[in-house]
Amino acid sequence: MTPHRSMTINPGKWLLFAAFVLAWEYGVRLFEIPQFILPPPGMIASKVFRDLATGVILPDLQITLLEVLTGFVSGAIVGLAVGAAIALIPVVESWAYPYILALQTIPKVAIAPLIIIWFGYGIQSKILMAALISFFPILVNVIAGLKTADPRRLLLMRALKANGWQTFFKVRLPGMLPFYLAGLEVGIVFAVIGAIVAEFVGANSGLGSLIVKRQSAIDVVGVFSVLVYLSLMGLSLNAIVQWIGARFVFWARHENTQI
Amino acid sequence: MTASPELDAPAEYHLDVHEISKTFTSLDGETVKAISNVSFTVAQGEFLSILGPSGCGKSTLMMIIAGLIAPSSGRVLARGQGFNGVHPDFGIVFQDAVLFPWRTVQGNVELPGEINGMRPGARASRARDLLHLVKLDGFEGKYPHELSGGMQQRVAIARAMMLSPAMMLMDEPFGALDALTREEMNLELQRINLETGQTVIFITHSIPEAVFLSDRVLVMSGRPSTILETIAIDSDRPRSIDKMVSDKFGAYVSHMRHLMSRKDPA
Repeated sequence: MTPHRSMTINPGKWLLFAAFVLAWEYGVRLFEIPQFILPPPGMIASKVFRDLATGVILPDLQITLLEVLTGFVSGAIVGLAVGAAIALIPVVESWAYPYILALQTIPKVAIAPLIIIWFGYGIQSKILMAALISFFPILVNVIAGLKTADPRRLLLMRALKANGWQTFFKVRLPGMLPFYLAGLEVGIVFAVIGAIVAEFVGANSGLGSLIVKRQSAIDVVGVFSVLVYLSLMGLSLNAIVQWIGARFVFWARHENTQI
Repeated sequence: MTASPELDAPAEYHLDVHEISKTFTSLDGETVKAISNVSFTVAQGEFLSILGPSGCGKSTLMMIIAGLIAPSSGRVLARGQGFNGVHPDFGIVFQDAVLFPWRTVQGNVELPGEINGMRPGARASRARDLLHLVKLDGFEGKYPHELSGGMQQRVAIARAMMLSPAMMLMDEPFGALDALTREEMNLELQRINLETGQTVIFITHSIPEAVFLSDRVLVMSGRPSTILETIAIDSDRPRSIDKMVSDKFGAYVSHMRHLMSRKDPA
């Protein structure tokens, strides 16, 4: 649960990265690897720049971002609600949990063709796919967070004669938040995967569909450019979720200390 | 030095612990007798320590008195009346401070008031008064992780006093603190106790701590836990730390140590 500082300033890391890029650039030239197999990074960088400067990438970027965000927020809300119902209501747990476990064993990307058939080529099927994939890690974390309430805190609430609602809102819910945020951090990355997979299977717009179009034109540089935008999107969305987490669950870093 | 509780306690006592026994069934089906036939009374305004070796079941005894665990037999009367669950006269301090890390110091102290439906204005000013009493003025807006262990336990004491309980139940509240902080907290507890005049039941395994703080000490045996002896500490409170090295104090301490080591060879 401890937030990791993945972006620490470490000159060694940057040197290694620079060495990797240089090796790629000159390796490609040295071994005369054709552009349509592996383009050099310099060429990819200029394509990334041109995609933005000409505005070619923007409509697709917007579509995918909309799908990811809408899907993620839906997954986060439904995950919280279903997780709370499973963790707190024993009847729901015994009836629903086996199905959820069964669903979890299915690779969600394999459902994408069905989702496209049912919900069409438009944005709805992508939102649903993003929501479905981000739902599970969020759900699992909500259940774990609500079930692992500190017994000492529950005893204190009992000593104070708190009722069930008070115990839920004052102990279980805040204690669950660090788990929820860990679920959201995974969920946002999963939502990107969900949207892209659904776009691969059937779409007219979005970054996933752009990859497919550029692939059929054997525009490998163009595919790499889209990959760069996708990874930038995933990184920044994840950073935003982490930032929100650090603001609202700032105390979680000290959770393991005896208080 | 020795007296039976009946002779010792005044006629109008506050709490009556009557023939409490507790038997547990362990996972392999064995029955373990943790507490055997414990009876004592606590007088109004008295500071009573329950002293026993680690694992002797004294925490269990406190939980039974608090109404958080049911005894196998026996009963606890407060002001002559039996009760279910936690008696509203009690304020409980646990071994760990058990503060909520997402609440400020002020918010933690206000918690019992919130649960009890106290008005926001009233509980805010009550919490500030209590934080003043435990000498934490200016720490209202801090979070628990910003405090030392001793300060956290002060917050827990203030929280336990939020609803003005007539009796404080304290389960080894300073057990996790280092020796110096512990001594300081003993002095603080004595000061707070003399200011408020609350009745206190204090669980500890530290002999000097029990002697220093208490009007009376119940010395418990190891499992099954029974009262070996009830010892009244004949010395006016407040007491200074210097008193702990006096001959009289030493005599109490060594007597209790002999009692505990004789019945519970380690």
